[in-house]
Amino acid sequence: MKPASFSYHAPATIDEALTLLTNLSESDGRILAGGQSLVPTMAFRLARPGHLIDINGIKALQQIAVQDNELVIGAGVRHGAFHESVCEGPLGAMLSSVVNHIAHLPIRMRGTFCGSLAHADPASEWCAVAVTLDATIVARSTGGERQISAREFFQGVMTTALADDELLVEVRLPILSQNTRFGFQEFSRRAGDFALTMALAVWEDDGGRISNARIGLGGVEDRPRRILEAEEALNGSVPSDKVFRSAADLAAGVVDPMEDHATSGTYRRDLVRALTRRACEQAIK
Amino acid sequence: MTETHQITLNINGKDYQTSVEARRTLVDVIRDQCGQTGTHVGCEHGVCGACTILLDGEPVRACLMFGVQADGKKIRTVEGLATGDKLHPLQQAFTDHHALQCGFCTPGFLMLAAGILEKDPNINHDDLIAALSSNLCRCTGYANIITAVKVAAEKMRAG
Amino acid sequence: MPPSGSELLGQRLSRLEDPPLITGKGRFADDINFPHQLHMRVMRSPLAHAEITGIQTEQAAALPGVVAVWTHDDIADLGPIDFRADKSAEELKAFRQFCLAKDRVRYVGDPVAVIFAEDPYVAEDAEDLITLDLVSLEIIANADQHPGEFQPGLSSEAGLLTHTFGDVKSTFEAAHLVVEVDLQTGRHSGVPLETRGAIGVHNKTSDILELYGAAKIPHRNRETLVRMLGRSPSKIHLHEGHTGGGFGIRGELYPEDVLVLLAAERLGRPIKWIEDRQEHMMAANQGRNQHHKARMAFDRDGKILAMADEFWHDQGGYVRTHGANVPNRTMCMLTGAYKVPTFRAECHFRLTNKTPAATYRAPGRFESTFVRERMMDIAAERFGVDRVEIRRRNLIGPEDMPFKVAFDEPGVETLVFDSGDYPALLNKALKHFRWHELEAELKDRRRTGELVGCGLGVFVEESGKGPVDGARIVVDTNGDVEVLTGGASLGQGFETTMGQITAAALGADFRKITVIHGQTDRIPYGIGAHAARATVMTGSAVNIAALKVKDKALEAASEMLQMPADRLDIEQNVVFVADNPSGPSVTLGEVAKRLAPGSKFLGSRDPGLSAEGFHNTAESAFPYGIHFAVVKIDGETGHIAVERFMVAYDVGRAVNHMLLEGQLVGGCVQGVGGALFEEFSYSETGEPLSVTLADYLVPTMDCAPMVECLVTEDAPSPTNLLGLKGGGEGGINGVGAAIAGAIDNAIGKVGAVTQLPVTPQRMRKILRDLNKSF
Repeated sequence: MKPASFSYHAPATIDEALTLLTNLSESDGRILAGGQSLVPTMAFRLARPGHLIDINGIKALQQIAVQDNELVIGAGVRHGAFHESVCEGPLGAMLSSVVNHIAHLPIRMRGTFCGSLAHADPASEWCAVAVTLDATIVARSTGGERQISAREFFQGVMTTALADDELLVEVRLPILSQNTRFGFQEFSRRAGDFALTMALAVWEDDGGRISNARIGLGGVEDRPRRILEAEEALNGSVPSDKVFRSAADLAAGVVDPMEDHATSGTYRRDLVRALTRRACEQAIK
Repeated sequence: MTETHQITLNINGKDYQTSVEARRTLVDVIRDQCGQTGTHVGCEHGVCGACTILLDGEPVRACLMFGVQADGKKIRTVEGLATGDKLHPLQQAFTDHHALQCGFCTPGFLMLAAGILEKDPNINHDDLIAALSSNLCRCTGYANIITAVKVAAEKMRAG
Repeated sequence: MPPSGSELLGQRLSRLEDPPLITGKGRFADDINFPHQLHMRVMRSPLAHAEITGIQTEQAAALPGVVAVWTHDDIADLGPIDFRADKSAEELKAFRQFCLAKDRVRYVGDPVAVIFAEDPYVAEDAEDLITLDLVSLEIIANADQHPGEFQPGLSSEAGLLTHTFGDVKSTFEAAHLVVEVDLQTGRHSGVPLETRGAIGVHNKTSDILELYGAAKIPHRNRETLVRMLGRSPSKIHLHEGHTGGGFGIRGELYPEDVLVLLAAERLGRPIKWIEDRQEHMMAANQGRNQHHKARMAFDRDGKILAMADEFWHDQGGYVRTHGANVPNRTMCMLTGAYKVPTFRAECHFRLTNKTPAATYRAPGRFESTFVRERMMDIAAERFGVDRVEIRRRNLIGPEDMPFKVAFDEPGVETLVFDSGDYPALLNKALKHFRWHELEAELKDRRRTGELVGCGLGVFVEESGKGPVDGARIVVDTNGDVEVLTGGASLGQGFETTMGQITAAALGADFRKITVIHGQTDRIPYGIGAHAARATVMTGSAVNIAALKVKDKALEAASEMLQMPADRLDIEQNVVFVADNPSGPSVTLGEVAKRLAPGSKFLGSRDPGLSAEGFHNTAESAFPYGIHFAVVKIDGETGHIAVERFMVAYDVGRAVNHMLLEGQLVGGCVQGVGGALFEEFSYSETGEPLSVTLADYLVPTMDCAPMVECLVTEDAPSPTNLLGLKGGGEGGINGVGAAIAGAIDNAIGKVGAVTQLPVTPQRMRKILRDLNKSF
């Protein structure tokens, strides 16, 4: 379990990194951020990048700030940064609640938010958050910068819209209004294991009724997604067990769950039903 | 021949200058090139935590970083935990409360716990269990590890 | 004044072995290096069953830094890994594993080639350059499917093993009630935190081959190596360093151990091999994987009349060092703590295309206790009596001791349960853990809709199986005491245990004791540490040696103090007058000086304050215990939380209660792994699906219950002077049984659990099949 050889590059600026990426993407150059997913893959020699471009030394990527009613998370920001609320209001609280479900403490001290998105594991918590909240993903290359919506960014298991020569420089999450309610539920076999299913429920409390509901699921299909049928069932309703159950049943019915030797589709639907309801219940607690 | 990098690791306050291939994991460099074998290799894929060290004060998996990435960083390992002959409160509590059997996971647990308690010696029970669940032990069944860390926390709080 | 003398036994002393381990000074296999060493890398089969038609190694051999690449052809003169001498079985010989696969590969992970290189990274690079030509063969995925051929003309059913007594058939026909079960235990293993490692060194001057990284049974492995390599015992030495957990699987003789030795000799350089985790999960011994179809017959009063069991043991690709030991242990311990008048067990011992199986902590017992106790739970339900009551009616009584379990088959060993009061332990445990109150509380909680329940498992363990072990104790002129054993330390606290026995018997200062283990060049014999033997066998030998040293010390001190020896005693390394402790005294170091070679006081005595002791026994010591579990099930997700776990265990006599509890608690949590989490899964093509620690789920702290222990010493073993019984396996034995019973209890369906581990998905399926909606 020793990685294959590669050349190591440690650019000090984003521009240097982009130039390297342009020059090296042909010869399997890849970005090394937190490395908490990439390095084990290399240890198993399932990944053998020819070059690693280590962005940990780029100061400009370390920033996390609120700009224009968005939380901007730079590519160098580690999971651990979210242990404390990074911004006022429900968004900061949501992120600090979700982060504890990500792997283990030492992994969180190295792994990065943006790295999780670029890695696009279907069971990634941040990917589910990004999709549920309609995050904007900012990709840059020597050719310029573009913004990709989270919905379009994730294209399958560990597959994204990012081009080989593009660096995911930052993610922008919309600041949530003060009347936002949320609940996040995850099921994994042991603490820190990959989630078999996770559900994020978010809505605005509009005088006791649910409005602008978002139900995002992760770990169920090949990429995280919002369940519009469940959201419709919630919108306009007064929160109640009945409403939550009907949203959860809808979610369980419409998903197309992944299956593997340990997890059947039937079982994943069971989890979707339970966790969607519980996430809704948590939102009104 | 693959390219090598000249690096300096500061391990427990001492500088180690060495030349590494980029692909050498940090734990391999600490062990094989700096001779500090107290940090163990248990899985090489970031699950077991036997290689947990403190990097600039934070607990990290030394198998999930390359040595070259730690150039110039401050690393603390189990060898640096005691002060001379005086055991760190965690070490003392581990032996007092039988928190180790084979001892292979012990350095990782000690460094993980040190990282946790140095940041928050008042950590509550649930948060402590969640944080200590990062590492695997196959011998003890964990109960004595929890006891030992709590006893050490009390000592560390008292200064 | 610290405790001394016989008061020391049982004391919760902190361990002798801890100081290096908590300060980073341990010497585990990967911490051992020799100048000019080469690193070995094993290339393993990617297919579960295939014909090898070619292996191209030229490119790998040409890679700079690579010194040699071997395939089977390069070691064709080396025979397969042999059985341990006491496990030899002629009919199983054809199923042994060659160190590098010959003609066929039989599991994913079967070694096919080895690379020797200057650096472990380069060795792995070279592996990528080897091309294997394999032609896939049909695989045998499970032991309970129709058997196939191991090789042309040889069935994959290596043996149909039986253990019988009495006429089972007619008993079943006449029975009042028959209970039937169809049960499976998953494929588990010890998964120690340290992977295996082996470093071979050939001393060209002395022509001695040395193996570092040895564990568990260095002396026994030397015997096997002597046969395999055609060397004298004095020309092979094994060295045990620190060992990062054993659990039965570490320290058996594996292909890699032999390869590093052969290569050290043939390539003339030290050879280091450190197993990586992925290799470990497909190469190290696995176990537990059995499918049982069992029945029990009862009379009108709920007394057992007969037990019958047909089971399929999934041995994997080869038969390893233990031969058929695990199925045999399964059969002989099936009746457990109960009086069973007639019995028949039949095992289909079958090869499949999985990683080979062997012993894992409480081999055959975790499995058989699960099977037996499932049937007792069902019988209780059918009779409408309490689960405890049905067990109580059938327990072997103290008046029955020693209790014989003798089988009709010639050559099958008779078990003699040496001592025990099983009903007394049951009563104590029920009271101590407030079982009846607990049952009532859980019933109340179930009324409110919670899925909570409790279960129990009663078992007998075996320990201290002989035949013999010896030890030598030497007190040096500084008073330091060396206890030289052929035992082994896998983390269980061997040094402390032997030290405590020595300190108690000799009066030595516990902290001045050094315990040597696992070094074949220091002592020519040694039983090692397996099947809970160490404390009983080696401990008894150490006790005898220490008593001899004490006699010698008292005799010499009697001259020095001008006092009859029978008026002297020794505590904390000081010989003093028993009825005048503040009077004249000498230290053990001073006594050792008086007895040193050349001493003018030596007289006709042999020099040295030292002695050897041997413990011979034909009998095992049988500890016994009861496990109790409380579980809470999340009906919607199938998640099972173990709320409480309790162990009652009679160990005869405890040497150190803290260490014993450590063994019990650690064993229990491993058992929780086997009951709820751990499983080596394989695809339909035989591909292993659990080769990482993210896929094979060892319990983490958050899922480990806080195990409560009740240790009793009511039945000291008559087989040894101290009354010792083993403690290494009683923690895990009944966990599967107790948790299964608790789950049944929680969901109100006795017998619902038929397969371990009960994963959340399996739990959901059980609930769905019961039409439980949530």
